[in-house]
Amino acid sequence: MGDNAIVARGMTRRFGDLVAVNNVDLTVPKACVYGFLGPNGSGKSTTIRMLCGLLTPTSGNIEVLGLRIPEQAEQLKRNIGYMTQRFSLFEDLTVRENLEFLAAIQGVPRIEQKKRIETLLQEYHLADRDKQMAGTLSGGQKQRLALAGAVIHKPELLLLDEPTSAVDPESRRDFWEKLFDLADAGTTILVSTHYMDEAERCHRLAILDSGILVADGEPVKMAAALAGRTFKVETSQPRKAQAALLKEASVVSVAQIGNELRVLVAEGDSVPGHLNQVLRAAGLEAKLEAATPNLEDVFVAATHRSHLEHA
Amino acid sequence: MNLRRLWAIVIKELRQLRRDRVTAAMIVGIPTIQLLMFGFAINLDVRGLKAAIADQAHTSASRAVVQDMLATGVIVQKESAQTPDDLMQALKRGRISVGIVIPPDFERRLAENREAVQVLVDGSDISVQNAARQLAQMPLNGQNSLRPAQISVVSFYNPERRSAVNVVPGLVGVILTMTMILFTAVAIVRERERGNLELLITTPVSRTELMVGKVLPYIVIGLVQTTIVLLLGVLVFQVPTRGHWIDVYGATMLLIMANLSLGLLISTRAQSQFQAMQMSFFLLLPSILLSGFMFPFAGMPKTAQWIAEVLPLTHFMRLNRGIMLRGASLMDMWQEALILLVFTIVMMSLAIMRFSKRLD
Repeated sequence: MGDNAIVARGMTRRFGDLVAVNNVDLTVPKACVYGFLGPNGSGKSTTIRMLCGLLTPTSGNIEVLGLRIPEQAEQLKRNIGYMTQRFSLFEDLTVRENLEFLAAIQGVPRIEQKKRIETLLQEYHLADRDKQMAGTLSGGQKQRLALAGAVIHKPELLLLDEPTSAVDPESRRDFWEKLFDLADAGTTILVSTHYMDEAERCHRLAILDSGILVADGEPVKMAAALAGRTFKVETSQPRKAQAALLKEASVVSVAQIGNELRVLVAEGDSVPGHLNQVLRAAGLEAKLEAATPNLEDVFVAATHRSHLEHA
Repeated sequence: MNLRRLWAIVIKELRQLRRDRVTAAMIVGIPTIQLLMFGFAINLDVRGLKAAIADQAHTSASRAVVQDMLATGVIVQKESAQTPDDLMQALKRGRISVGIVIPPDFERRLAENREAVQVLVDGSDISVQNAARQLAQMPLNGQNSLRPAQISVVSFYNPERRSAVNVVPGLVGVILTMTMILFTAVAIVRERERGNLELLITTPVSRTELMVGKVLPYIVIGLVQTTIVLLLGVLVFQVPTRGHWIDVYGATMLLIMANLSLGLLISTRAQSQFQAMQMSFFLLLPSILLSGFMFPFAGMPKTAQWIAEVLPLTHFMRLNRGIMLRGASLMDMWQEALILLVFTIVMMSLAIMRFSKRLD
């Protein structure tokens, strides 16, 4: 354990015939912003719920903050903050009343409560709205309130389940700044998302696809591992070029971005000469050049591989 | 159990309740409206009942009796009749509510101290029945020669002559069953539907704190409702309270807790607020029909009686009628009180057991 906040081995959860999370191994270092990237239904929420003891794993071993889960889940609940996908504070209580309630429930010492709430209201830019009903706040404000509520007792670990799915880009950026502040102060943060730009910001990242952990590591290194496999194609007939390229077995994916095509090829292929041949054979004028791999390429490569293995 | 967390939940519930204007209005509205509605049935001061009189004696004494009766204002002569049969026909058709028969041998019956006047009553209307009984109790003429025993009242269409004052002690229970079960039945489901529950169960709050914290504010609300019904009952309808107020509130408290814990159990089962409401109504109807509030308990078939014994309202009905009408104390009827207490403990334990801090 030592430097890791979360260690899970062979974590599996079934719902009837559906395997929502399949044999996932997870290691989350302390004071790290750890991202969970995956499409809807990939098992992100189920994994997070198992980690905080809300769901019992069908099999596997989980240790969070040195506690065995689900057996010691009640002890864990004193040290975690959890933010659900949906706003889960009380819409018919004011901002301040919500924080007062959580402070009491989370056992913030009575003498510190008032000061702590004032600090949070300031830090999360809610000071002028403290008497407003939580239900009437905007998406971004609700989310700031939810985060303030989740950290009111200064938990060691924050579990955030798609916290930014309902807010504008500006609020998302602010939110991430807050997360890095918290991580800087020593909080471990596990955050799920389906936004590439958010995933890119994480210290470490795990990619989930249909309940399987298909890749994990540092985003930059994961992208770097794809060097030589990504290309840009400039052509006057992108749709036709895309169709031609997709017929090639070595081409993993072709995505159109504006008038360009972004091509990802399988490992160890003899490119770019081969691709040029393909395009010429299709009678297309095209300019092919190498591109810097990004996280989207990582995601596509990882999920593609898992689909092949399944088939 | 952590008292600070418990208190936080109580405060939260009260704040939410205060903002839910419709529910807050219902807390006062339901008992008030219900009592005023039932008030027509408990209004003992009925006047101007349509009546017909068959005076077959035609003596000065019989005419004096008739005049005395009319002078009370309780009845107004609407039809003339010759025979009891005429009265029966008029009664059946609803043209009159009360028929008075003075037999041909009125004077001799009087002298022999036998029943001398017969009052026929349309018992399908409780207020009429009571008014007629009141009529029969009063001394009818100045000389007091006619004692109450000499007027016999025959009540039709309602074999058990229920006293109208029975309604208020029972009504307290019906209103509390109606509101209390529903309040807590939606309490947990509502938080599940709104997504609050997933947050709550990842905090250190315990199951017991959550359940007890949700019940406590409603006990106070139940007592407020009780007070409204009792005050209106006493001030507007002059319902007697022969037992001690403390015993009345004690019995009410027991029913409130039993209903709240029953509601909480529903809440842990129901998947939506709508389901919770349906389950509450599923319990409400047998409570009203079988508890003895509407129909006499003794007349029900054995199966119905068994079902009734499981319903808290049945036991409360016996307790509160005993206290308010017969002047009994809670201790005199400790078995009924104990049953309510046991019911509460069992339901509450089941609710806490059934409520899981997990989602699976």
